[in-house]
Amino acid sequence: MPNWIRRNLVVLAGLLTLVYLTLPNVVVLVFSFNRPDGRFNYTWRRFSADAWKDPCGVPDLCGALALSLQLAAWATLGATVLGTMIAFALVRYRFRARGAVNALIFLPMSMPEVVMAASLLTLFLNMGAELGFWTVLIAHVMFCLSFVVVAVKARVTAMDPRLEEAARDLYAGPVQTFLRVTLPIAAPGIAAGALLAFALSFDDFVITNFNAGSAVTFPMFVWGSAQRGTPVQINVVGTAMFAVAVLAVVAGQLLTARRKRAEEHH
Amino acid sequence: MTDTPTGGDVRLTGISKTYGSFTAVHPLDLTVPEGSFFALLGASGCGKTTTLRMIAGLEEPTTGTVLLGDRDVTDLPPHKRPVNTVFQSYALFPHLDVHENIAFGLRRRGVRSVRRQVDEMLELVQLGDKARHRPHQLSGGQQQRVAVARALINHPRVLLLDEPLGALDLKLRRRMQLELKRIQTEVGITFVHVTHDQEEAMTMADTVAVMNAGRVEQMGAPAELYDNPRTTFVANFLGTSNLIEAEVVEVGADVVATAGGGTLRLPADRCPAPVRAGGRLLVGIRPEKITLAHADDADAIPSGRNRTAGRIADTSFIGVSTQYAVDGPAGTGLQVYEQNIERDPRLVPGAEVVLHWNPAHTFGLDAAQDVEAGAPTVEGAA
Repeated sequence: MPNWIRRNLVVLAGLLTLVYLTLPNVVVLVFSFNRPDGRFNYTWRRFSADAWKDPCGVPDLCGALALSLQLAAWATLGATVLGTMIAFALVRYRFRARGAVNALIFLPMSMPEVVMAASLLTLFLNMGAELGFWTVLIAHVMFCLSFVVVAVKARVTAMDPRLEEAARDLYAGPVQTFLRVTLPIAAPGIAAGALLAFALSFDDFVITNFNAGSAVTFPMFVWGSAQRGTPVQINVVGTAMFAVAVLAVVAGQLLTARRKRAEEHH
Repeated sequence: MTDTPTGGDVRLTGISKTYGSFTAVHPLDLTVPEGSFFALLGASGCGKTTTLRMIAGLEEPTTGTVLLGDRDVTDLPPHKRPVNTVFQSYALFPHLDVHENIAFGLRRRGVRSVRRQVDEMLELVQLGDKARHRPHQLSGGQQQRVAVARALINHPRVLLLDEPLGALDLKLRRRMQLELKRIQTEVGITFVHVTHDQEEAMTMADTVAVMNAGRVEQMGAPAELYDNPRTTFVANFLGTSNLIEAEVVEVGADVVATAGGGTLRLPADRCPAPVRAGGRLLVGIRPEKITLAHADDADAIPSGRNRTAGRIADTSFIGVSTQYAVDGPAGTGLQVYEQNIERDPRLVPGAEVVLHWNPAHTFGLDAAQDVEAGAPTVEGAA
């Protein structure tokens, strides 16, 4: 028996950690099939797929979800474009404020979010800005930016500058060099940054709550409804998001595996 | 060099490069004749790669012009020059397979069907079965051949090679040297090859330019450079030389000089002008030109040969030859390479010996130079 444990200790530890990681997700999934008595979805009663059949059955839920997805998409686009440019500038060029910019990039990451949220509100109010979609979008781009910069910078730093010289040497002008060589090689870093930005923006509650005015995002909706009762549809949306993410990862891995196999066959 | 207008001559006139206060390349004139295999040889930091990059257009010269044939390309960006480069460490595009790497230049110039040409190139570099591999799946030697194919497919006027064999191990490097030489003969394109490996330069190139501290020290055919070095740097950097400080006593058809109490003769036309009696001179002789005789056999040495006495300080057995270091009045650490045909068992450390050689094999150098210039140092050997 002790022998068996010794041989499988690593596997056991791994499995336990996996359970620790996925248990909350499993709870979300299971309770999306619950039919609770009353307004709170906290105790298991009986199986039902009602919420899955009518995910928009709760007033305002799907509106909030659409707003969150829209915000996340635009915030991702803005932060990815700006962050990629900043990352290239920081790695490729030597300019006077380079050191300062390098340090300032980490500021939004290190500032306590609630302080940042309150300060942003102060700023917006002083500027006379109308709180809503745009103020939230500006805030989201701001805090997603640092993560994109960090992800892209790692990739660009590791890139051999000779690759671009080789492209120029092989008749590619500046635009062609960027599109055919620089961008494809930096792409994994940019994609990682973009995914991170999307997840952060979709998730964000604190900064959004301070600066949204009358707009209601999905996290705000969940928080708001938790005061009065939690509809099962919240679990449905959560499970669906989780499923989309898992599917994307699995598809990506299958694609990579197939390409690897194809390369080995040649 | 030829004056007829040709397509593949590379002519550099007064070209130089300075970075701030550092001069990487001093103004230099260089003509590489069309179809030749030309080597720029020198230690790292001597300006050879900068010179190459100025031909490619990757570096803007501070002064001077770059001419390809009769065309001034000094102000053209790299993608508009009919010149291609094989980079050190190859710089293959990691996101493209071998086929697409090789097709890159053709595609950028809008060539539609690249298939046949790429296949021909793969054939030339013997990688026909690797077309769909990614660069990271290839060995160093295979990557190197892809880099060559990727450049050659564009039929450049000049192919520039920047230390293309530096990352390969010794055996593979020797094989790739022959391979590159074969390809150059086959395609007939002008090759300009940058290397720090003097053996590589001598094996492959028709003409070698030895560079030192941003200047061309000497240029010529490998045998010419080896036999008639004009500076101590070339004498030491290309193979090994024994340089003996001597005083000139007589100048005629032969120059006669004394060193360490002995007399050495050498042909006057192998001395730097001007040589005058009473002046100083570095007398040079290659280690393999020297014959070693035990002191007991000194009387058997034919007359008319240069000779100097000494004591063996060290020997090392190499296989094909044995290398001796001899200390004597003419100098310490004189190098002698003897073929291992009939080894004299008396030639061991401590033995008294006489070094003798044909005066015609002797060369003279200006004594005002650093005797050690270009000699390998412990940390700078690579």
